[in-house]
Amino acid sequence: MKNVSRIIPCYSADTAGVCSALYELGGMVVTHDASGCNSTYATHDEPRWYDMQSKMYISALTELDAIMGNDEKLISDVVSAAADQKPEFIAVCGSPMPMMTGVDFDAIAAEIEARSGIPTFGLHTNGTRSYIEGASEAFDYIVKQYVRECEKSDGIGVNIIGMTPLDFKWKGTMEAMKKWLADSGLEYISCLAMGSSLDEIKRAAAARVDLVVSSMGLSAAKFMQERFGIPYVCGVPTGQAFSGHLAEALRAAAEGKTADVLSVRSGGKDAVIIGEGIGSVSLSAALWLDEGISSSVICPLPTGEGILQSGDLALSAEEDIEAALERLSPKKVYADPLYKYILPEKADLIPTPHFAFSGRCFIR
Amino acid sequence: MLRDIHYEKPPCKRIADTDRDCFFESGLEYNTPARGMWNIVHSGFLLPEAHEIFCCAQGCLRGVILTAAEMFELERMSWISVSEEDMFDGSIETDVIEGVTEIIGKLKKRPPVVLLYLSCIHLFAGVDFEAIINELHERFPDIWFSDCYMTPTMRTTVSPVTKMAAQLYDALKPMPLDKKSVNIIGNDRATDEDSELVKTIRKAGFTLRDITLCKTFEEYLDMAQSSLNITYIPTALLAGDTLESRFGARHLYLPNSFVYDTIEENHRLLCEALGMDKTDISEEKAAAEKALSAAKKVIGDTSVAVDFTAVTRPFEFAELLLSHGFNVKYVIADGAGEETAAFDRLKAAYPDLEIYAAANVNMLNMRYEPHEKVLAVGQKAAYYFATDNFVNIILNGGHYGYSGIKKLAELMTDAYENKKDRKRVISLKGFGCASCLA
Repeated sequence: MKNVSRIIPCYSADTAGVCSALYELGGMVVTHDASGCNSTYATHDEPRWYDMQSKMYISALTELDAIMGNDEKLISDVVSAAADQKPEFIAVCGSPMPMMTGVDFDAIAAEIEARSGIPTFGLHTNGTRSYIEGASEAFDYIVKQYVRECEKSDGIGVNIIGMTPLDFKWKGTMEAMKKWLADSGLEYISCLAMGSSLDEIKRAAAARVDLVVSSMGLSAAKFMQERFGIPYVCGVPTGQAFSGHLAEALRAAAEGKTADVLSVRSGGKDAVIIGEGIGSVSLSAALWLDEGISSSVICPLPTGEGILQSGDLALSAEEDIEAALERLSPKKVYADPLYKYILPEKADLIPTPHFAFSGRCFIR
Repeated sequence: MLRDIHYEKPPCKRIADTDRDCFFESGLEYNTPARGMWNIVHSGFLLPEAHEIFCCAQGCLRGVILTAAEMFELERMSWISVSEEDMFDGSIETDVIEGVTEIIGKLKKRPPVVLLYLSCIHLFAGVDFEAIINELHERFPDIWFSDCYMTPTMRTTVSPVTKMAAQLYDALKPMPLDKKSVNIIGNDRATDEDSELVKTIRKAGFTLRDITLCKTFEEYLDMAQSSLNITYIPTALLAGDTLESRFGARHLYLPNSFVYDTIEENHRLLCEALGMDKTDISEEKAAAEKALSAAKKVIGDTSVAVDFTAVTRPFEFAELLLSHGFNVKYVIADGAGEETAAFDRLKAAYPDLEIYAAANVNMLNMRYEPHEKVLAVGQKAAYYFATDNFVNIILNGGHYGYSGIKKLAELMTDAYENKKDRKRVISLKGFGCASCLA
């Protein structure tokens, strides 16, 4: 069965994606849930929880309120908390129980906004989908609500879109990204949303090109292309040669030229990479360009069209991934270490811990 | 201080201003990074050789699976995810049955018992859990399936932790009762061997069983022989009552109290239940007094904060400390629970004692508040009062009675003299469990 797993974990859920995407932006995020969503997120999906304060809450839904459909309690509790905490915005999202009771988060958000005077939006999570979908919706809202036309950067200004600790190390990544941009003659504008304030993101239209580093950022990047004419390039700077190609692609895109950098790779059977689409394809390209290792990608998460190529596989069920690995019989598998349980005997695991999969298990 | 800010939902109050039936108005909740409290995954793994199967939405699965992963127990857990469509297409029971069947077929070793957890949404949809269990028993007669519940929405009735404590003993089968066997039920750790509770049972020649001491499924099954089940924490009450109704074994609740009269009465009841005259525990009492006195000399007038995760009766513990001269200024608790008498006494005698809500929305700001040096008893207190001087225990830490008071006094002294790595220590999930973060 596709929804059964004997041993490997599941990825972070849509609610965690929302919280991770909005964590640093000064808003208040309320997950309508009893308790599990927030404790799971805070423990296993959010490495910033201890060190960086953020207004992430649950509604503390009770059995009686769920059965009676007591939306008024949620609304008044959010309005009250907002009066105390004074957030920049309010996001309200759902979990499995509100899915069952059919809570209308758009209507609730409108009511909260009317009473509090604070921009409020509902997000349509239900705890059954992946973090990619939740974060994508959250990023989408942020750019639509806050990014406005502004003066363009002098140089080739770049926004990084789709970055959260679920896919990237919280500490060190942004410093490395900024250095890479600077070394490549590119100008950093903002990051959606790790290491940038909401004020910085409001000026994202100053960029001349967007770099989409995960599938979480695709929807927001497409919107910025349509609204502000900012083209986007997908990829994560990985390895020497691919990083160079990526920088060139950003420059080309900023000048209005086509820039399909992800096709610079060779699908093959030397190795299999398991993980988020854009990051995994970038690693595949880097392995080919730097070391001549051919590889294909198994992507267990939603990803945009055109990211995966012929030979890559979009598989999410444990049994399907296990069977594909057996069939492909790779020498090496680049994957989170918790995939070790379903690797073919002869395959070497090259550990690439992925926070959205194994959480804190390999942070030490 | 937080108490001086005019929040709509204040997170702290003087005890004099606190209604014992409703400490704080409900509202949005904040989740601290203190992870020592056990969850239903940790508890389930106490059952030797059991395999846990969770059936729920991805968001819920994530927490339980990674609980197992962090304690290196992934091989004892499997899962079935539930999609939106699954809840409405009439396949809710068959999905579970077929999923469990597939998982069992893939396991390298056949478990004697499977703990099958369904979630809030299953109960809300009116799932027929009994039919699922019956079908699984038919398909796998050599495996016992226990119905377990991951139902955090049940906040005001039977909590998942209480229900789990009861279901841990569901796989026991009736056996002839042995009058010389006693169980301690419902704890997540063994009771101190040097506690008067355990010493009395052992000295009387009884066999003492506790799931925390069981190494094999066979040892676990032997718990059904015991003619007396002792509980001492509130979440174990349902387990004790259930076993009494199933097997006729007497349930004796001896709450882990810090009131000397209650400790003496508990000891009398224990001796009576064991069929013996009450033994003298004045030495244990004297040792507790001596330890408290020694701790006071070291700790002096340092402010003390007590939280409800460390001791199941925080108000009684605060009262004990205050009566011995300690400067207890803060208690973190959301209710008086079964210690309303202690709460009322404190309210009368120490009206300025401050009560803090454990998860109030405005507790987000608490750890940045300026305050004096605080010695904390419990992880939440350590986090909120931003102190590295803290006693790191949950649910009394296996300490009980006079010997427990002595131990807690010693732990407070140690905490006062030795700082802990607060972030690392409180981040470990499930106090005492193996952890990849240790």
